[in-house]
Amino acid sequence: MSLGTSDTLVYLIAIPLFSSAFLLLGGRALDRVGHLIGTAASASSFVVALIELNKMLAREAESRGVTQHLFTWINVGSFQVDATLLLDQLSICFVLLITGVGTLIHIYSISYMAHDIDRRRFFAFLNLFIAAMLLLVLGNSYLNLYVGWEGVGLASYLLIGFWNQKPTYATAAKKAFVANRVGDVGLSLAVMIAFVQFGSVTFDGVAKGIAAGSASSTALNAMGAAILLAAVGKSAQFPLQAWLGDAMAGPTPVSALIHAATMVTAGVYLISRSNFVFDNAPTAQLLVVIVGAVTLLFGAVIGMAKDDIKKALAASTMSQIGYMILATGLGPAGYAFAMMHLLTHGFFKAGMFLGAGSVMHGMNDEVDMRKYGALRKVMPITFATFGLGYLAIIGIPPFAGFYSKDKIIETAFNAGGSKGIILGCVTLLGAAITAFYMTRVMLMTFFGTKRWDAAAHPHESPWLMTVPMILLAIGSITTGFIFSNGDRLKNFLAPVVDKDHHEHETELLAPIVVTGLAMFAVAIGISIAFAKYGRKTIPASAPTDVTMWTKVARRDLLQDDFNESVFMRPGQSLTRVLAFLDKRVVDGAVSGVGAMTLRLAGDLRKTQTGYVRSYALLILLGTVAILTAILVVTL
Amino acid sequence: MNAPNIEYGMLGPILIVLAAALIGVLIEAFVSSRYRYILQTGTAFAAIALAFLQLVLIRNTSSKAAVSSMSIDGVAIVLQGSVLIFGFLGLLLIAERGFQSFTAQAAAIPGSNEEQKALVSGLQQTEVFPLTLFAISGAMLFPAANDLLTLFVSLEVLSLPLYLMAGLSQRRRLLSQEAALKYFLLGAFSSAFFLFGSAFIYGQAGSTTFDGIRKSIVESGGSDQFLLVGLALLTVGLLFKVSAAPFHAWTPDVYQGSPTPVTAFMAAVTKVAAFGAAIRIYYFAVGGLVWSWRPILIAISIATMAIGTVIAIAQKDVKRVLAYSAIAHSGFLLTGIIALSKDGLNATLIYLFTYGFTTIGTFAIVTLVRDSGGEVSDLNRWVGLGKRSPLVAGTFTLFLLGLAGIPLTSGFVGKFAIFTAAYKSGNISVVVAGVLASAIAAFFYIRIIVMMYFSDPVEDGTSVVIPSAMTAATIAICAVATLVMGIYPQPVISAINSLAFFAG
Repeated sequence: MSLGTSDTLVYLIAIPLFSSAFLLLGGRALDRVGHLIGTAASASSFVVALIELNKMLAREAESRGVTQHLFTWINVGSFQVDATLLLDQLSICFVLLITGVGTLIHIYSISYMAHDIDRRRFFAFLNLFIAAMLLLVLGNSYLNLYVGWEGVGLASYLLIGFWNQKPTYATAAKKAFVANRVGDVGLSLAVMIAFVQFGSVTFDGVAKGIAAGSASSTALNAMGAAILLAAVGKSAQFPLQAWLGDAMAGPTPVSALIHAATMVTAGVYLISRSNFVFDNAPTAQLLVVIVGAVTLLFGAVIGMAKDDIKKALAASTMSQIGYMILATGLGPAGYAFAMMHLLTHGFFKAGMFLGAGSVMHGMNDEVDMRKYGALRKVMPITFATFGLGYLAIIGIPPFAGFYSKDKIIETAFNAGGSKGIILGCVTLLGAAITAFYMTRVMLMTFFGTKRWDAAAHPHESPWLMTVPMILLAIGSITTGFIFSNGDRLKNFLAPVVDKDHHEHETELLAPIVVTGLAMFAVAIGISIAFAKYGRKTIPASAPTDVTMWTKVARRDLLQDDFNESVFMRPGQSLTRVLAFLDKRVVDGAVSGVGAMTLRLAGDLRKTQTGYVRSYALLILLGTVAILTAILVVTL
Repeated sequence: MNAPNIEYGMLGPILIVLAAALIGVLIEAFVSSRYRYILQTGTAFAAIALAFLQLVLIRNTSSKAAVSSMSIDGVAIVLQGSVLIFGFLGLLLIAERGFQSFTAQAAAIPGSNEEQKALVSGLQQTEVFPLTLFAISGAMLFPAANDLLTLFVSLEVLSLPLYLMAGLSQRRRLLSQEAALKYFLLGAFSSAFFLFGSAFIYGQAGSTTFDGIRKSIVESGGSDQFLLVGLALLTVGLLFKVSAAPFHAWTPDVYQGSPTPVTAFMAAVTKVAAFGAAIRIYYFAVGGLVWSWRPILIAISIATMAIGTVIAIAQKDVKRVLAYSAIAHSGFLLTGIIALSKDGLNATLIYLFTYGFTTIGTFAIVTLVRDSGGEVSDLNRWVGLGKRSPLVAGTFTLFLLGLAGIPLTSGFVGKFAIFTAAYKSGNISVVVAGVLASAIAAFFYIRIIVMMYFSDPVEDGTSVVIPSAMTAATIAICAVATLVMGIYPQPVISAINSLAFFAG
């Protein structure tokens, strides 16, 4: 694939970046127009993206990618990293999603954040996020991607923390941070392995190096596993999934943008982008599939038990991203479908989050679905748009989710052997559970009887909020058909993710059979939900006489308990023990001689912590250790 | 016997600073106290500017000087330049208006009437300026020394003023004096090891010059006990200075007890000087013994990173957190020495250069957060700072992200360069440990950020003072350096790469 050059790519990132800096530095003077500037910046970026798409489609399929060299970032002897942007078929999909959905969410936020005195700063952070996310998908090397990767992390903390100045939320932000740092370790290791094995960290350089056979399969599997670790942290996949639910504490437009449409899907992007690694690293690829399969069920089960509408949607996001990760683990056959599900999901999930925000807006920020009910009459537009998103996510034809999810289920069945059968069944089961919990959300929110507080006066949201919801709903209806008709998206992406044009040999089940099975699973899910929530009245507080399974699911399948007992407590104890050793034990060894001295030194002790003599003893012990070691090592 | 030839031009930068320090002593002795402050600061800044100018003039020198006891080469020039820059920034902080971080009279007993009197009458310990200049000259000599005795003398010239300066804090005098005494006793202890080690090495090599030691290692094959024992003891002395585990214990106490401007100065300048000397020893003098010292440095590097990062989590005082962070950074820097390659050399120098700015900036911010009783270093009282002083909290965040090594800050460039060099040299264990430690370290940096932004401020009298031009300039320079060297580090990297060679 030959790459042309372009000198306009930088505008995609520069516009929102400068807008963000301008809004932050401009101060209070810009309060009245800040939101408009922010929205205009995002929209301009979207226009640039459309122009780029137009230019790209005019080129031959094999030479659609373009690069733009900005400057040489690091050049240390044999090692050179350029700040270069790369726009190809894979990145344009993301760019359009980020700027398109991003702009709609900007518009929605104008009204949603209207009463916040810091709205200007909020828009500055939104723009910053857009710029960082664009850098993530436009970097031509793992290192450039890493910069964007950290950038979106930073912007997302700023946005989550924007609203919540309470200490409990600080814990949530910390949790997100820790999970992401664990992921980042993976990405740093991947960068280093790439550099040592191939002498390059560009995607192109690594792909060429692998093609030339300059890396062992162990190295490739290690690199694949490191990349997977990064993806798991960023995309809230098992076992680093616990932070996503807590991140819902942020403003709802942020959840829609970051925790549904864009940032959390960065892991899917990273794996798809690294297709040349995974296609040559079967063990790592198998790990990807396992992570995807486990998460898709994990998220779905949690989704069944949540009463908080945003947390239910968050669990659903986790599960849907599990589908995408699973698809990327299926090799060349899966990447395009993962991307397709990612794009359709971007529309319907963002739409549903905005719908949830609209409901909260009308209900005094109430998030407990047990306090909703019968909202379809008072919020017709929200009901309609949310309902279309619902039909899309559970996979009813002809809505978007049907096409993308059906393809993933089909590809899973066709993965071959017992692996194919297991994966196929997992994806089918996931589809059934999705149908169940989404139907539950719909019934509890929009149907049944009123369960509102007397103080709540639900009303439809203003047009600035409903218009983005309507546009996203249109996307939820149409995109699936557009992408899958004549394998359009698959063929479009093929030059990037499927260079050798793999043909599918094995076909376990005919497509029509798979579709039938999927429809059957969805029908079961819906029926059970109707039986449980459609007929009976829903208690205003969650029933307590439930099975152990429900209790476990309500506690997020014990993910926090697990993290706490396996990582946090031992970690804290380790810290304490080390700090104790550092201060006291050496101390104790010396001061065992006399408690007398201890009392005498009491005055000093009040202000300071350690004794000089114990520090000196430590130095002496260290010296003896070094002396022994150097003699043992050498002689 | 001919008189030895002294290359005054090459030694110029050091001599200028030393001369200014002596002038400073004379000023203390003969000038009335009213003019001392202005004269001292003037002399100090002029000397640093002149020394820097002379350094730029001789930048392409690469030869031995002063009868082979010193080596003025690219490595020394880069390090001396760094010392001068960080010394300048440190002096700006020390000279901060009103001298509010320093005691009026160091000799007075804390809490005594004498002290009160000195305070009321407006006494000032302007001796701190000549002391700082002496420390700077020692720090410039240290990485250029090419002889064990010169090395030892420069170590003492660097250290003695620092022991005194650590005890000059105006608030919490007891803590400060205790820190000074601890630093002095332990410093003396480790100096003894250092000297003892030098004697052993001399016993085997028959020479104290690095060239002589290098030659004797080649000739003897490097398995002589005397040499190894000497190297081990020398290592202890150096590791104490860079605060590597298990010789790190003094660091938190001294960092906490010293006046914060002195901590800033010490954190940057000592680290540059000590690692500079370590590089010359391990790369040049005992490079032939790499198979003996590398495993030990690997173990120490890993232990240092682990202790620095893990214990930092448990700290409640911002200066102690930063002290443990400095310990962890020593662990990261050791990986550059372990690499033993041109890449490792470049990376270590780049790391030192970027780290100095960030760390001085961090401590400069600490000097700003105060209440009626002076600086507030208790982390619990930094809660909500982001609400009260967004600019200060924002800049502090930038520095913390730099220390954590997040991309687009200079810390990332340094860390990336040094880990890549270590990885390339095949020392993968230390790199994995380093990456893990950076991940843990990020946790406590971010904890401070979270505290500043995600919590509501408590009304307890803590406030941010408006900095004078000097502190403001320091913070601005450090912030710009942290950011620019993160986004566009190439000029600095190229300059260091092209300069960093040893004089054979």
